[in-house]
Amino acid sequence: MNKTVNQKAWFLVLPVLLLVAFSAVIPLMTVVNYSVQDTFGQNQFFWAGLEWFEEMLDSDRMWTALGRQLMFSGIILAIEVPLGIFVALNMPKSGFWSSFCLVLMSLPLLIPWNVVGTIWQIFGRVDIGLLGHTLDALGISYNYTQDTIAAWATIVVMDVWHWTSLVALLAFAGLKSIPDAYYQAAKIDQASRWAVFRFIELPKMAGVLMIAILLRFMDSFMIYTEPFVVTGGGPGNATTLLSIDLVKMALGQFDLGPAAAFSLMYFLVILLISWVFYTVMTTIDAKEG
Amino acid sequence: MAKITLDNLAHSYLSNPTGEDDFALKELNHVWTDGEAYALLGSSGCGKSTLLNIISGLLHPSQGRILFDDKDVTQATTAARNIAQVFQFPVVYDTMTVRDNLAFPLRNRGEDPGYIAERVQKIAQMIGMEDVLNRRARGLTADAKQKISLGRGMVREDVNALLFDEPLTVIDPHMKWELRTQLKSLHHEFGHTMIYVTHDQTEALTFADKVVVMYDGRVVQIGTPQELFERPEHTFVGYFIGSPGMNVIPAEISGTQAVVNGTALTLQQNYGAPTGNVALGVRPEFVSLTKGNGLPVKVRRVEDVGRNKIVRADLFGKEINIVSPEGQEISPDMNHITFAPDHVNVYVNDWRQQGAVA
Amino acid sequence: MALEFKNVSKVVNGETHIHPTNLTLEAGTMNVLLGPTSSGKTSLMRLMAGLDVPTGGQVFWDGTDVTGMRVQDRKVAMVYQQFINYPSMTVYDNIASPLRLMGKSKAEIDVGVKQAAALMQLEPMLDRKPLELSGGQQQRCALARALVKNAGLVLLDEPLANLDYKLREELRVEIPKIFEESGAVFVYATTEPEEALLLGGNTATMWEGRVTQFGPTPTVYRQPVDATTARVFSDPPMNFLDITKQGGTLTFGQGHTAPATGPLADLPDGIYIAGFRPNHVEIAQPADGAVTFDTRLSVTELTGSETFVHLDYADRKWVGLIHGVHDLKLGSALPVYLDPRHIYIFSVTGDLVAPASYALAA
Repeated sequence: MNKTVNQKAWFLVLPVLLLVAFSAVIPLMTVVNYSVQDTFGQNQFFWAGLEWFEEMLDSDRMWTALGRQLMFSGIILAIEVPLGIFVALNMPKSGFWSSFCLVLMSLPLLIPWNVVGTIWQIFGRVDIGLLGHTLDALGISYNYTQDTIAAWATIVVMDVWHWTSLVALLAFAGLKSIPDAYYQAAKIDQASRWAVFRFIELPKMAGVLMIAILLRFMDSFMIYTEPFVVTGGGPGNATTLLSIDLVKMALGQFDLGPAAAFSLMYFLVILLISWVFYTVMTTIDAKEG
Repeated sequence: MAKITLDNLAHSYLSNPTGEDDFALKELNHVWTDGEAYALLGSSGCGKSTLLNIISGLLHPSQGRILFDDKDVTQATTAARNIAQVFQFPVVYDTMTVRDNLAFPLRNRGEDPGYIAERVQKIAQMIGMEDVLNRRARGLTADAKQKISLGRGMVREDVNALLFDEPLTVIDPHMKWELRTQLKSLHHEFGHTMIYVTHDQTEALTFADKVVVMYDGRVVQIGTPQELFERPEHTFVGYFIGSPGMNVIPAEISGTQAVVNGTALTLQQNYGAPTGNVALGVRPEFVSLTKGNGLPVKVRRVEDVGRNKIVRADLFGKEINIVSPEGQEISPDMNHITFAPDHVNVYVNDWRQQGAVA
Repeated sequence: MALEFKNVSKVVNGETHIHPTNLTLEAGTMNVLLGPTSSGKTSLMRLMAGLDVPTGGQVFWDGTDVTGMRVQDRKVAMVYQQFINYPSMTVYDNIASPLRLMGKSKAEIDVGVKQAAALMQLEPMLDRKPLELSGGQQQRCALARALVKNAGLVLLDEPLANLDYKLREELRVEIPKIFEESGAVFVYATTEPEEALLLGGNTATMWEGRVTQFGPTPTVYRQPVDATTARVFSDPPMNFLDITKQGGTLTFGQGHTAPATGPLADLPDGIYIAGFRPNHVEIAQPADGAVTFDTRLSVTELTGSETFVHLDYADRKWVGLIHGVHDLKLGSALPVYLDPRHIYIFSVTGDLVAPASYALAA
């Protein structure tokens, strides 16, 4: 619908445009700049064209990091989404305990990433950590600094601990919006608990779940601080996720060109996967309509 | 199908009700006949939803029993009562097809697939949705969804009662006609016991054999549409049914004579000498404007509403409504009114009085 | 003051929402927009308010071209179907809010609020929050806000649709009374013919984005210019019947004939569509000259003092509204009678050829 025309509105948008330019567009262009040039220090740059991109596409290192990253995101989504729904379904719907649960659930969300990392780093240590020590005492071999599986288990459990609440809270909001009449109708129709979930709760939660999945995917795909604090990417390169690898390359080795090319591709991959997610889910939604 | 008995029933939302005012539903004793269509009519907060929820089993009464065919179901769950309900907003399973929606209650009860298919086909035909059986329910219009809810309620042959909770609220006025008509003919065809909650008099009177008028937690009258119109038992019924509502005119009564502000009228029956808040109740349809006969009035406004005219007049400082037929001319010298004698009711403290033969 | 539409139209994404419309609404009048859902009532109101800019044509206010002027710069008040109030403010502050925006003094605001509250019977609730009020009171609060603004144009979009039936009846009587004093142009959208009749004033009937007729409400009701207007302005909808006139004889249904009398006698030979309102169908033999139809009764409905009869005649479905409560046997043959004075004649394209003669007398 075309509204009343008023050119003054542009002036109101201007500050935002400027802000976005400084905070996003200009840094991004710097990265683009690095990605097509080479330097040997002293601020001397040489045109490198798409050389870095080609190099990165040919490098095993990036592909294995990408593989690791996808596996990580896949695992945590597979755990957090069903677990979040399960928690939401079992939360009290109203009253004191409902508020209590909500507060409890939002606690992990309020803790800064590096603190979460530090907590789990200490929690999992065999010598002084409660978790590590207990597992060790039970005779289970657990050492996240040396054992790949233990390292993975630690960062996955940590992420689940940190973020399942978000999925649960979103799912809970979806559940709360279902009118009572639906549950009454289901009772009258003698629907089983599973049928109520499958035909009433899940369809009504679909919208918020889509948002939850998208948020969790993007966030986990960009994860850096927590695994860096806990494992530092080790043992070996076992938990070197994309972002950790990128930082190693850019700051550790000061390979600015390849790192810039890497981050641009990283950015495009996130954009691409999110777009695919979004389109697939909205078309499923539209088809059902 | 079942007969429904409400025995000594009352409900309060408070855990320790002290006086009658604490009860959302005040004590009532009624037997509702098997196969009849009842409408619970009243404005919001009158207790009609409370009563419906007690019948459907969503609410357990704080006092009394409810019986289906002489079987006590007061503590039975909704599922155990074997009833069907259509809600204010259409409740459909969005991701299922129309067919699966209709089959759902039967499948949950483990019915034979052949029987289910046959039954679904029959219901779809009844509600006129045969051609959309394979469509998903999501994206259908509100009235189509409401028809599915209705169909789901009727698909079981053995339901004890079909309950409706203001089912036409979200339906477009032009579709209301069609759905109301359909409901009515379905009732004639299958003879379910039906209970329909509404605040809309036309919906109630159109739909029901018997209308249960509720006011302030109490059933003030159960009657046929005709009885409610001609013999309202309570001034609220007179006000609530009919548009505009019944005129209530304070009067003094002695025997067969009523005196309104000094002017005497003769009544058809003998009412003795009632005391308290005495009034005459006359519907606007039974008031006629005359040129000098009866009580003096001052015409304030004439509203032409098409098939008749509503005259708003002033009778001893109180507004009185008169309905006159479409063709009738209203001239300035029409400044008196008379009442149709057999349609004058007498009320004492809001309740109608039965007169003796004069 | 007057609001004037000159050839105003609205097209959105290639879809015509409002066809070119000419309309003049005078100050101090109640103007009803009557039509079914999505017939263009709200689109037309948005154009009136200035919320939307017309695709074509011009809008004049008091003779000044205001096409494209922003809604903030016009003196417009609007009330919606949903009860829209500021939930965190008291009723007093809600009513005062438009006055505060205008920068009135405290004393002026107080006078304005008290006056509007008195008219809307909200005086005892001034200190409450809107959500503590009943639906009717909430809508009255919204109406008071519209009133206090002293706008030249007041738009009411189905303001009573969400209220209980009895409340609706009461407010329907109050609204014209309250607003006719302020001298503004009132526009009231509704889907219900009966509401239009009760409100009086002028009515514009709407169908598929077109104003089919505009004039004094009783005139539009009794003398519709076409079959569409007649159908829109009738609840239940008007009944129709195909008839053929040849010489002095009318043929209809399955070979039934009747002599063409009254205004029908002067029509040229041809095929017509006869229309008549449900309340003119009678089941008792009336005065001489009535036409008899042998119909079949499919459903009856009762509303207080009246009976709706649903009838099948040839391939047409009719509804009759009969006075009194009648116990009729469903599925049986039912002869119904119609006084020719109540018959409207339309051409096959739906234009009025001859109005019902009773309507001309009324």
